[in-house]
Amino acid sequence: MVAHRGETGTVILGIDIALLVLLAVVGIAIIRLRNLFAVTMLSGIYSLLLACVFVLLDAVDVAFTEAAVGAGISTVLMLSVLALTKSRERIPVTTPLLPLVTVLVTGGLLIYGTWDLPAFGDPNAPVHQHVAPAYLAEAEHQTGVPNVVTAVLASYRGYDTLGEVTVIFTAGIGVLLLLSGGYRRRRKEDEPDSRGRP
Amino acid sequence: MKNNVIARVVAKLTIPGILLFALYVQFHGDYGPGGGFQAGVIFGAGFILYGMVFGLENLRKVVPPQVTTTAIAVGVLLYGGVGIVSELLGANYLDYSALAPDPHDGQHIGIIVVELGVGITVAAVMMTIFTAFAGRQR
Repeated sequence: MVAHRGETGTVILGIDIALLVLLAVVGIAIIRLRNLFAVTMLSGIYSLLLACVFVLLDAVDVAFTEAAVGAGISTVLMLSVLALTKSRERIPVTTPLLPLVTVLVTGGLLIYGTWDLPAFGDPNAPVHQHVAPAYLAEAEHQTGVPNVVTAVLASYRGYDTLGEVTVIFTAGIGVLLLLSGGYRRRRKEDEPDSRGRP
Repeated sequence: MKNNVIARVVAKLTIPGILLFALYVQFHGDYGPGGGFQAGVIFGAGFILYGMVFGLENLRKVVPPQVTTTAIAVGVLLYGGVGIVSELLGANYLDYSALAPDPHDGQHIGIIVVELGVGITVAAVMMTIFTAFAGRQR
């Protein structure tokens, strides 16, 4: 990952390696396990580890989102879904050879694709030459907001964020339409029953 | 989890902190990491924790379904409304500089209101999705 100098550099490199090894271990464990409760917990841990990686990459806002959404809410929502289904995955009847080949080929192509990418942290990479310098230079005195991420998300890219909110709005309405009808129907059947089950 | 004393006590102790932290993330997004999305998720998580420990009926008493469903739309309308207001004040859509005599103040006001809209929608959607799933039984 990041090339740091000196003693702190070696420490951070050690943390990087430890995090990546843990990520790989958790990932493999998720594939191997059939107990969906354990898988849900492990995917929460996976998100938390990923949040730590983002912190090391200096992307604190992304790390925050990953920790809140990936490790927090997703785990809770998966648990509430698990309460509705069986908590053990069925053992597949056929050997998953075709999916394995597909994954290997896709993964290989993706790794092949990274060869054309500029090196990590390269200041001459196109992404650092386009609008990013302008944002970094102008954001604070144009908007008066010290956090450039907030300035870009809410001010420069207000339309994008409005679109994102609309996506969440649509998702919420969709879930409401799909799932809430059943609740209302049952409620009429057994009105006095207290529904305390999470 | 209704009869689990430890879960109830821990939830009662942590929920105010979670909500307070959500408000901090919401209104401090200009200065530190965070903003409407994260704050909305954390705020929703506080209520979801309450619903998990004290039961869905109690959560429905605290936040009636009508409130969350309305809040989903209110957030988006608040966001879009800021754009309309800035247009009425003679600037482009979502150009917050026109919201106050000083462009910097305008930007601050605009960003805070817009992030509040994001936060309201996200928190409401999270609670809605949770209650929709938890309200179904096997």
